[in-house]
Amino acid sequence: MNHDTTRRDLLKAAAVGAVTIAPGLTLIAPAAQARALGQPASATNRWGLLIDTSKCDSGCTACVDACKTEMGLPALDRPATDAQYIRKVDVTDLKTGNQHSLPVMCQHCAHPPCVDVCPTGASMKRADGIVLVDRHICIGCRYCMMACPYKARSFAHEDQTDQKAVNPRGKGCVEGCTLCAHRIDAGGQPACVEACSKDGGAAMLFGDLNDPKSEISQRISKEATSRIRADLGVEPAIRYQGI
Amino acid sequence: MSSHRVDYLAIPAWTKGWLTILGGLAAVIAIAGLSVLYMEHQGHWVTGMTNQVVWGMPHVFAIFLIVAASGALNVASIGSVFGREVYQPLGRLSALMAMALLAGGLGVLVLDLGRPDRLIVAMTHFNFKSIFAWNVILYSGFFAVVGFYLWTMIDWRMKKVYKPAAITAFLWRLILTTGTGSIFGFLMARDAYNSAVMAPLFIAMSFAFGLALFILFLMGSSTALARPLSQELLRKKGRLLGLFIAANLYFVAIQHVTALYQADRGPVEAFILLHGGVYTWLFWGAQIALGGIVPLILVLRPQATRCHLRAASVLVVLGGMAQIYVILIGGQAFPLTLFPGMEVSSSFADGQVNAYVPTLAEILLGLGGFALALLLTIIGASAFRILPQSLGDGEEATAEVIDAEGEPLAAQ
Amino acid sequence: MGVRAVLLALLLGLFSAMGGYAWAGETGPSFPKATSTALGGSCVDDPATMRRHHFDFLKHQRDDTLRQGIRGAKYSLKECVSCHAQVKDGHAVPVNAPGQFCASCHEYAAVSVDCFSCHATTPQQPQQQAEAK
Repeated sequence: MNHDTTRRDLLKAAAVGAVTIAPGLTLIAPAAQARALGQPASATNRWGLLIDTSKCDSGCTACVDACKTEMGLPALDRPATDAQYIRKVDVTDLKTGNQHSLPVMCQHCAHPPCVDVCPTGASMKRADGIVLVDRHICIGCRYCMMACPYKARSFAHEDQTDQKAVNPRGKGCVEGCTLCAHRIDAGGQPACVEACSKDGGAAMLFGDLNDPKSEISQRISKEATSRIRADLGVEPAIRYQGI
Repeated sequence: MSSHRVDYLAIPAWTKGWLTILGGLAAVIAIAGLSVLYMEHQGHWVTGMTNQVVWGMPHVFAIFLIVAASGALNVASIGSVFGREVYQPLGRLSALMAMALLAGGLGVLVLDLGRPDRLIVAMTHFNFKSIFAWNVILYSGFFAVVGFYLWTMIDWRMKKVYKPAAITAFLWRLILTTGTGSIFGFLMARDAYNSAVMAPLFIAMSFAFGLALFILFLMGSSTALARPLSQELLRKKGRLLGLFIAANLYFVAIQHVTALYQADRGPVEAFILLHGGVYTWLFWGAQIALGGIVPLILVLRPQATRCHLRAASVLVVLGGMAQIYVILIGGQAFPLTLFPGMEVSSSFADGQVNAYVPTLAEILLGLGGFALALLLTIIGASAFRILPQSLGDGEEATAEVIDAEGEPLAAQ
Repeated sequence: MGVRAVLLALLLGLFSAMGGYAWAGETGPSFPKATSTALGGSCVDDPATMRRHHFDFLKHQRDDTLRQGIRGAKYSLKECVSCHAQVKDGHAVPVNAPGQFCASCHEYAAVSVDCFSCHATTPQQPQQQAEAK
């Protein structure tokens, strides 16, 4: 009976999450479902993002700000060592003058080099494709940071206080975007996506790439999309339009 | 001409000079320890390392020492595996130095971890797809394999397993250095690495660095202990060092020419070879000229003096440090290519050459690794009979061995 | 040789130091009781079991949750913190502060806790807490 209270709380939180995301979805609204408590993440899902760079404004940092708030990343004003799970990259084609802007975060590769090189197995891929750092066994060697083609990871360079409960983080471990696994497990969507639809250009779409009926799958089946450094063959779950 | 006899004598301990040297080394190690406490207590933000240049000066020292460790074993291998008897009296020192250098390098590497307190995790959780995990096994195994090999050299009752132990140690060190080079060779993300040539390059580097450190220790110890050391033996070692320097230069050439041939590697090669600032200076000035060509000329002189050989060895060591600095830091300073052919900018230093300035604490930690290696070597050579009593020309025993060089004697 | 004797002595000294134990006294430490009634005033398991096995439970749970994504497990560090953190002057006191729930026992037993270099030490869902009350 003790557990029932906890369960109810979590389900309640999940339901709230589903309501909040509803306005962000336009085409086909998939039932945002929390995974049942006690159930592990499953390979039937492959969570991913579709980012339309034509809707991404160069000056907008809604996704970046939302990430910092959600994950409790402090700004110590030390740009070289401050953690950045997501960043805005401005790209210019010097030959043509064409410019665009896009957010870059962990690309949640199907064949992640960070997972391959990690000596202890701390760098890992969950069954649903989310790439995480298990800080319980991370020794802080930073080999994953050497191996990542996207510079998606940061190292906690100093003692941390006031961490968010959803993102425990501490000195001496490597960290990075979790695709907001805590929100996804509760049926929500990543904080950056939510912020982009609310305060930004609604350039980001979250969904299940393994579900042919999901909005993201529908769109990538009809529209041309690409991935950053697709030539490396690591098969990221983050797709872009207009790069 | 029956078997000759080599007498080994432990370094006399507790003398004034011995205590002074050991005290000095212990002080350097203590300072390194304080640096570690400072860096670990504050966190890595007080070092020069950042989210862009994630491996810094401690790794330069650590990789140098680890690479040199496997190279230092070569003198023993040449004597045993390849049957060159002139090198056999030095086999014990070679094995001891190999273990000591590896301990020094690993000490530095481990103390720079973000969580050095979790070292036990690295020993209990293995991801066998990771070359790092394999290296944990290769490095630990090296102590066991070389330790056993040293035992077979010291204990005459172990004579029958001497050869198998020697061959195992030689193969192990080749695989170990392959593993170290592959730390970089397997990194497809970075343009400066990601090449199969890294493994043989690191093996050539290990030959040169290890022998240079070995020559330096041998010359230093023979002076300090007033034990004779044959000029001819030294010149022979010098010529061998020349061969290894040439091999290193050859693989460096292969490394860069191969990359230059690939259009997408053009920018990173232009950075290292032409306009990389400190990295370009270190490459051409320190690594190639001072660490390669000058010592090559010095050791290949037919009348090379001790002074020449000492200078050449010092230059190989300094050039080697520069070489690893250029590979490691230069390779990270060059920005990752996310969008080939495009100009990029971001708050996370995309598209910029990443700055790295080593801090004093990092350098002190690295020097502590050298001090630890030297301390362990001296203690080892004081506790056991490692160094030959004489390597002089005049002694009939050693002279006999040198005469026999060239046409290997039948095993005694 | 002299050096060998010294090395041997150091090695033996190390072993004997590792074998040394400090025996605990008769009385246990005192620590603050849970403040929250979120779970009906009792813990998720009986206190004796929790005292003896909480680290095993938490270690098992952390791997299940992080690596497999299993949520809503019976044992969770977050819940330890949310029930056991004391409130002083309207602010939650970190559970690893001296004399607090985690620290009091761990200091007594001289077992360092590694959890809180990363994990939050105070409860963080005020709205949920309020609802539960």
